Amino acid sequence: MKNKKIKLYEIAHSRAGDKGNILNLSLIPYQDSHYAWLLQEVTEENVKQHLAHLITGKVTRYKLPNLHALNFVCDSSLGGGVTTSLRIDAHGKSLSSALLEMEIPPPITMKK
Amino acid sequence: MLKIGSGAGFSGDRIDPAVELAREVDLDYLVLECLAERTIAKAQKEKKQNSTRGYDPFLIRRIKPLLTLIDKKRFTLISNMGAANPSAAGTALIEMAASFNISLKVAVVTGDDVLQLVSGEELVLETNEKLQHYTPFISANAYLGIDSMLPAFEFDPDIIITGRVADPSLFLAPMVYHYGWDQRNCDLLGQGTLIGHLLECAGQITGGYFADPGIKDVPNLAELGFPFAIIEEDGTAIITKPENSGGIINEHTVKEQLLYEVHDPSSYITPDVTADFSKVEIKEIAENKVQIKGGAGKQKSANYKVSIGYFAGHTGEGEISYAGASAYERAQLAGEIVKKRLAAHQVYPQIEMAGVDTLHGVALTVSHPYEVRLRVAARCDTKEQADLVGEEVEALYTNGPFGGGGARKFTHECVGILSTLLSRKDVDTRVQVEVHSIEK
Repeated sequence: MKNKKIKLYEIAHSRAGDKGNILNLSLIPYQDSHYAWLLQEVTEENVKQHLAHLITGKVTRYKLPNLHALNFVCDSSLGGGVTTSLRIDAHGKSLSSALLEMEIPPPITMKK
Repeated sequence: MLKIGSGAGFSGDRIDPAVELAREVDLDYLVLECLAERTIAKAQKEKKQNSTRGYDPFLIRRIKPLLTLIDKKRFTLISNMGAANPSAAGTALIEMAASFNISLKVAVVTGDDVLQLVSGEELVLETNEKLQHYTPFISANAYLGIDSMLPAFEFDPDIIITGRVADPSLFLAPMVYHYGWDQRNCDLLGQGTLIGHLLECAGQITGGYFADPGIKDVPNLAELGFPFAIIEEDGTAIITKPENSGGIINEHTVKEQLLYEVHDPSSYITPDVTADFSKVEIKEIAENKVQIKGGAGKQKSANYKVSIGYFAGHTGEGEISYAGASAYERAQLAGEIVKKRLAAHQVYPQIEMAGVDTLHGVALTVSHPYEVRLRVAARCDTKEQADLVGEEVEALYTNGPFGGGGARKFTHECVGILSTLLSRKDVDTRVQVEVHSIEK
């Protein structure tokens, strides 16, 4: 069981925001001490790969060490944009849940 | 101490929490933010058909229960519910006040409608193409800032009604007016913009859109209270909500809202300032009381961002459900059939299964649902083509797999939204005042 991965959902929360065809996903650990672990494990490449079927553009990660939070900005990710997308969730509001499904190794300090 | 409340975070927001906020708290200002990008384009179309319309359809319903509280408690209401026709909204509010025999002074901010100034030669920010590729235009509205609103406060109005104004500016304007903040002090404007950004979605900072049972519990979510900020002269603010209201305000609700619809946190662009949220300090000082400081800023841009609404065709949708052991397989077969039938009419839809993959295009975890709802959607040039989508789904009743039920069909005109820039000096903003007085 030593190498069992965890879902981001278990240690962090997220909210999705939309501007045109650009999606942003915040990633906020419940414990500030897990920020460094997220910084290491949840990279631009990992997120792009995890949401590969949704994100056709670039992923940029912004760090907020002060707030212990990360912000992922994903270009071309909302099916053409809120107003012309055919998706049922045109705003991509539920994509926060898709991010939190991502699996990473558990942080060493994790209390189970 | 300045108190600003947030009584609505979008056009369809709940009305009761705003009334609770106005009744329970001695506010100086209550802001109702109700104007989404697409809403204004739709309102513009309505105005074209009837020059006395084109404001938010909930204007009267939302402000009516606040009217006696404005009269009694002397706070100023600020709202962008003027949408495409702020002047007509002002007139409608005065008529309502007259019918209740209440005195009311409404200041109306106009100038955001810049459709006449758009040539089509401008570049689209999202695609870098010329705007003229996206005709016909329905609306063009500049995101105005605090400088368009500040003259309105001089009339000591009961209500300030605007069209398109950047959301945080609706909150920053009363701060700048109340404390006489120097508009060259970008750090103060940045901090004020931060407070406005945190408040603009109302319940989204008090535990709305946050709850996750057992993990992020929100007490009494059913009676969610809306937020207000207590702001000091140096911009430091405490965000809280009415006592005994439902919801929660803590470090985590604040962080989620702080990053909502933000890209680079050190460069949040509004018409007033380029705000920097990267060094913000959030401190829980008591239950449901969070102190915010450390917002900063740089010089504002010389341009206004303009939101353009254009006609983008018609969207047709159809849905039908299947249940039981082979629900998924039959929904899949139904989708293939509809796709083939629509292709004969040059309609190429997107096909999804609710309960499986409508939200994200694929399912991230595998499951075998008891029921599946097939959803077929296409954007078409003509309404007739769009109608075919729902018609073909409905026809699955007698022309598709067994056991389909609950078919629904929808067609609507599709308004696309794009952005461009216009020089500030080309945009002329004005304030007009309408009054209804009663003999006391």
